[in-house]
Formats: sequence, structure tokens, C-alpha cells
Amino acid sequence: MAHEKVAGLTRRARYEAQQRRRSLIIAATSTVIVLAAIIIFVPMAPGWAKVQQSFFNGDVLARSFPKLLEAFTVNMMIFAWSAPAIAILGLLIALARDARSPALFPLRIFGAAFTDIFRGVPVILTVYLIGFGIPGLGLPRPWNSPYIWGSLALILTYSAYVAEIFRSGIDSVHHSQRSAALSLGLSERQVMRDVVLPQAIRNVVPSQMNMLIALQKDVSLLSFIGPVEIFRQAGVFKSLLANFTPYVGAAIIFLIVTIPATRYADYLMARQMRDRS
Amino acid sequence: MAKLELREVVKRFGNTTVCNGINLDVAEGQMVCLIGASGAGKSTLLRCINLLEPIDDGEIFLDGEDIAEPGLNPQGVRARIGMVFQSFNLFPHMTALENAMLAPRRVHGKARVDLQPDIEALFERFGLADRMGNYPDQLSGGQQQRVAIVRALAMRPEVMLFDEITSALDPQLVGEVLDVLLMLKKQGMTMVLATHEMGFAREAADKVCFLKDGRIVEEGAPDQLFGTPKHPETQAFLARALK
Repeated sequence: MAHEKVAGLTRRARYEAQQRRRSLIIAATSTVIVLAAIIIFVPMAPGWAKVQQSFFNGDVLARSFPKLLEAFTVNMMIFAWSAPAIAILGLLIALARDARSPALFPLRIFGAAFTDIFRGVPVILTVYLIGFGIPGLGLPRPWNSPYIWGSLALILTYSAYVAEIFRSGIDSVHHSQRSAALSLGLSERQVMRDVVLPQAIRNVVPSQMNMLIALQKDVSLLSFIGPVEIFRQAGVFKSLLANFTPYVGAAIIFLIVTIPATRYADYLMARQMRDRS
Repeated sequence: MAKLELREVVKRFGNTTVCNGINLDVAEGQMVCLIGASGAGKSTLLRCINLLEPIDDGEIFLDGEDIAEPGLNPQGVRARIGMVFQSFNLFPHMTALENAMLAPRRVHGKARVDLQPDIEALFERFGLADRMGNYPDQLSGGQQQRVAIVRALAMRPEVMLFDEITSALDPQLVGEVLDVLLMLKKQGMTMVLATHEMGFAREAADKVCFLKDGRIVEEGAPDQLFGTPKHPETQAFLARALK
């Protein structure tokens, strides 16, 4: 009988429970097989002993890890003052590019040129050019610090990308919102500030999270112009101990920060998709 | 309240003429319904009156003042004319109360505390007192549309424009929104409606205008226009619409 119940479950519920159990068992088995293959076959490679010695050396990791963590605070610092500056500059550039008034035409041109230039040049090149170029003017301390000019290079580059994301967010707000706000007598500026921007910013939070994660990693590029941050510190250990493990240590520290951040960004993205459907 | 007069209003989008010389008089406290097929120019006409669309020719008088005068700042005019849209267009990031307070705060520069009693009274009058703190997505379609009306009324407009405000509603929610229109009419609000609600237009309107291809083909009292339409186009439209 179709509606007969066993242990309080309908036939459909029992079937679905069985299906769930089956997929779980298959997933678990295949994971175990893949892991076992890696654990068994990788150490059979001829150079494994050397690789293990120079990349996965426990002693070296233990010796270098505290110093690496310390150096990572430099990354955090540069990140901490660059991120707000990027958010502000990116938003201003986005607004400049959307300016309608003819008096602001130069601003529009500037916004477009800015995004074209800084999106078109590799980050490392911008870091080099600004980081070495501007202190080369012979500025007095502390204005010749690579921290300032390296950060500026990151701020300029990332603002260009962030501005484009803000712009797509502004475009994503339906024009009927603008109509409604204008019909109430609000000015263009008020419509932008009170109605369009709050919605636009909310719409792009997940994408901007991804930019933050990218920025966190790109802070390491400043090591090329001086600051002893984690990548540079790992390099120091590599030379000192003739071992690559410090780089693996640095990677681990990055992952500790970026994996939760990436998961969170994905969660926000998924929630947004759900809200829109 | 104010009166509204349109003289030879022309609106083109590219090569398409959407309003083709429209003349319309709306007396103080009158409710005028615009009927006609989709694309006849009803919505565009309303958007032109509110200066959301600049007109290409003609004049629009609000209490004798030409508001379509080129170079006139549209903000001041829009603040005097309320508009309600088919798709509600509430601001989703604000509560119902904040939606209604935004424009009076920004345009009239009033403080929240000074506005609150008046606007709360408006919500109460339209049966929304317990919904003021809700966000739009927590409200039914009918409630959202009533909040949109309250939001427009919060600016104390002299004329109200309604653009097919019941078209996006479930049939059982249409009544509560139409009731609001009847209340406004009783209070003497000057109103122009673009509508597909023929029954309501016939019952409540002071004047009905039938539009086709950007022109007012026929206008008259509802009983006359619905009962004994003169123009063959009107007859054909009504035959289809009332079937």
C-alpha cells in the first residue's frame, strides 16, 4: 500500500533517507581512496625525501614560525590602512565616472583614465614605479618611506578595480528606484546618496570581499621595495637555514586568514543569490 | 489642492510619438481616469506631468503656472505633485516610516521629530499603524502600495498621479488600494489615474479619457463614456475591455 508507514515514515521519506545514506557512503569511500593514493604514492617518488627535507621540515617550521607571525603583523598594518583608503577612493572614482553635470566632465574623463591606467598596469610594476620613483625625488624622512609609497601603489591599483565594482553596483539598482525618488522632489545628489548608493553598496559587498582577500595577498608585493613583511621574512629564513620550509609556513599563515574570509565571501554570495531568486 | 491643465503636450522617444498633442483639464478636487490599451501613452503622460520625462512641445499648467517651461528646476514641481507607480518602488533598505520621511526631511529640511506625528497619523488613517516599522519585503503587495501612497502624501502634494497602481496586485488586494483612492477623493485631492480598473473608473471618476496612439480620442463623464461611447475606437476598446 502506498500510504503504509513503517517507523512513522512514509514510503517516500524512507526512500529519500536511503538515497542520502547511499551518497554519503559513496562520497566517504572515494575520499578515503584518493587520500590513501596520495599518502602511498607521493612518498614513492624518487625525490620525495629531499622535498620533504627542504619544504616540510618540522624543526625549521617551528624555528621560523613565531618570527613569521610577527612579520605578518606588518602585512596586517599595511592592509589595515590601505583597505579604508581604497574603499573611499574607489567610491569617489565610481561617482566621478557617473557624474552627469557638464561642469564635472573633466572629473569623468579623469575617472575613466584612472581606471584604465591602473587596471592596465601589473600591480608589481606600479609598486616599483611609485615605490622607487617618488622617494627618488629626494624627499626628507619620513616622506621617503617605502611603506607610504608602496601602500599608495596598492591603493591606486585596487581603487581602480573597486571603483568598477561600485559602478556595477550602482547600475544594478533598478531605474524605477530613481524615478520614485525623483518624483518625491529629491535632487540627483540626494537620490544617489539616500536611495541608490545604500542599495548599490549592499549589492557589491560579496564582490568587494574578494577584493579584500586579493589585497591581503598582494601586500606581499611591497617586499620588493623594502618593508620586511612575511614574504621577505620567509626569504631571510630561507637564506639563513638553506631551507624552503619558511615559505610553506608563510603560506599556512596566509591560508589561516584567507580561507575563512573566502568562505565568508562565498556564503554572502550564496545568500545574495538566494535573496534574488 | 490645485488644478491641472495640459495644452498640446507632445512627447517623442526617438521617432516614436508617444503623446501626440494632448489637451486635458483637471479641475481642483477632480478625479480623472485615463483608460486605453497598453502603449496608448497613459503612463508616459503621467511621467511628463511629473517632469520625469521632459516634453518635446506644449504646456502644462499647475494652478496657472507653466511647469513645463524649459529651464525650470523640476525638483520644486515634483515636490508639489505626488506620484505612485505600478511596481510600488518603495526603497527596500528603509522601513515604511523611513520611506515616508525621507523626502520631507531632505526636500523640506524638516527634523524627524517634527515630522513623526503627522506621518504617523497618515499611516494610521490608511490602516498601516502597525506596519510603520516593517521593511517593504515584510509587507503584502497591497500594504506596500498603500505605503507608497502614504509616502507620496507625506510631501503634502497638491496633485496626485497614479500609474496603474493596482496592476501588479493579486485580485483580492486590489480593493484595499482602491478604497484609499476613494478616501482621497472624499478629502478633495486632485487626482489623475492611468488605470485598467474599468469598474472603478466608472464608479469613482469625475471624468474618463480614452487614449489611443498618444491622443485623447474621447472624454466625458463616466456614465456617458462607458454607457454611450460616441467614437468607434472607444466602442471597440470598451467592447474588448468589458467582455
